[in-house]
Amino acid sequence: MEIIRRSRWVCWIGLLILAALLSSCQRQHGGLSVVGSTSVEPFAEALAEDYMSHHRGEKIFVQGGGSSAGIQAVRTGAANVGMSSRNLMDGEKDLIAVPIIYDAIAVIVHRDNPLNDLTLNQIRKIFSAEITRWSELGGRNHSITLVTREEGSGTREAFQKLIMEKNEISLSALVQDSNGAIRQVVADDRNAIGYISLGLVNDRVKALKIDGIEANVENIQHHRYNIVRPFLFIFKSHPQGLAKDFLEYILSPEGQKLLIQEGLISMNPTPDSKKEARR
Amino acid sequence: MSKEKILEKSFLLIALSSISILALIAFFIFQQGIPLMWKVGLNSFLLGDRWFPSKESFGIFPMIVGSFWVTLGSLIVGVPLGMACAVFLSELTHPTIAMILRPMIQLLAAIPSVIYGFWGLIVLVPLIRDSLGGPGLSILAGSLVLGIMILPTIISISEDSLRALPRTYKEGAFSLGATHWQTIWRVLLPAARSGIVASIILGMGRAIGETMAMIMILGNATQLPNSILSSARTLTTNIGIEMGYASGDHRQALFATGVVLFFIIMGLNSLALILSRKGRA
Repeated sequence: MEIIRRSRWVCWIGLLILAALLSSCQRQHGGLSVVGSTSVEPFAEALAEDYMSHHRGEKIFVQGGGSSAGIQAVRTGAANVGMSSRNLMDGEKDLIAVPIIYDAIAVIVHRDNPLNDLTLNQIRKIFSAEITRWSELGGRNHSITLVTREEGSGTREAFQKLIMEKNEISLSALVQDSNGAIRQVVADDRNAIGYISLGLVNDRVKALKIDGIEANVENIQHHRYNIVRPFLFIFKSHPQGLAKDFLEYILSPEGQKLLIQEGLISMNPTPDSKKEARR
Repeated sequence: MSKEKILEKSFLLIALSSISILALIAFFIFQQGIPLMWKVGLNSFLLGDRWFPSKESFGIFPMIVGSFWVTLGSLIVGVPLGMACAVFLSELTHPTIAMILRPMIQLLAAIPSVIYGFWGLIVLVPLIRDSLGGPGLSILAGSLVLGIMILPTIISISEDSLRALPRTYKEGAFSLGATHWQTIWRVLLPAARSGIVASIILGMGRAIGETMAMIMILGNATQLPNSILSSARTLTTNIGIEMGYASGDHRQALFATGVVLFFIIMGLNSLALILSRKGRA
């Protein structure tokens, strides 16, 4: 009996300590917390660093966790700003989404792969495992190794929507949990095909032309290469104070220049995004 | 209260706090996971073979099968090697050499799993891809790496149980004219059986629980694996790879995966405990 009573005590003490720890984690006085997509995180970090070097005394905390986690955090008030690499879903439309920059998705293969160009339809068939050998496309007589992102990833969602449409990505596809890991697998495997952010394509892999159109800045800005998704900042209500100032800095030529240097693509703001930003 | 009493109580408190943390974790996993299992239905959760959380299908059967094959593979690699090593250390080699080798084997356990994973990815995976075909990221690669990772567990516990045998067993066998090898094979190994089995089961527990290295080597495809060269996903890697972006039902499904894992590990550990007790009695 005594042991039970004591253990209850211990439970309470443990809970108190936990609660104290948790609350001290959340209290970040006077700073702006930016939480969400791991695709956006490195860029947001670079932006925050640059912003803070010009505005001494201001603090911006950038944290990953995933698009969904970021959206959730904004809703509950745990974070001031969310980062998302996917569009808001139906249940999330009460939040305000501002596209800060655009990112293209490139379909990549091993650099020794003889193919340079595939049609959208062929890519769809490859990823749904209707086409399983490179020879069916005029390549070597080897089976195709598919590489995809995990369920819930913003990049996967964009790829699903923009390329796969109603088709499902084959269950036999290898799943990697970051752009970098996909690039690594594709760079090592002559028979692999995957998709990553255009900004992360390097000379170890080859980005394919899609329907004859190369993935480059010019083609993207002229809406010829259309496998493009926005990086969004998410707000619960109209941004104010530091959040507003930071957003304005990102959308300014200075902020955009920094993002373009990192390999992202600035669009002439479409009427849609202007409206969103003003709302 | 005497000084001794105070000390005793404070130690009890510390011991209980670790147990209460375990209880809290278990409670949280169950509280998050059970509702989803209920909603999806236990059958279609455990036996469904399609994992598309964004389309509301939550079948973890491929992961259960994946865990099973990878664990079995690691035992096929690790058990013969581990047993041979344990016999060598306890019976066949000079005590001085054993004293040098033993800490080296313990060191295997101290290497972080991400290093094993990295090694497997850089060395084993290309080797398998180039010589046997397939993507290389495969059950075979995972089994080989896990087999090495469970060696320290198997070796040290088996060796302990071999050395704990009374000297009289060995002396009796020798006096009956048995050779050293006959003694090991017919007398010592059977006598130490329960400890050896416990070591294998603990190794299994380690193999099932391993996450980081497996994320790197297995390829994580959600298909039902059809050969040792095909990619697979285990229960642990399913949680590890998807937790970053999961929300809502998807997140709960990962906790539910944790519940399944919880039961498997509990079962294995209890089995190991029972078997090692039986051996001592």
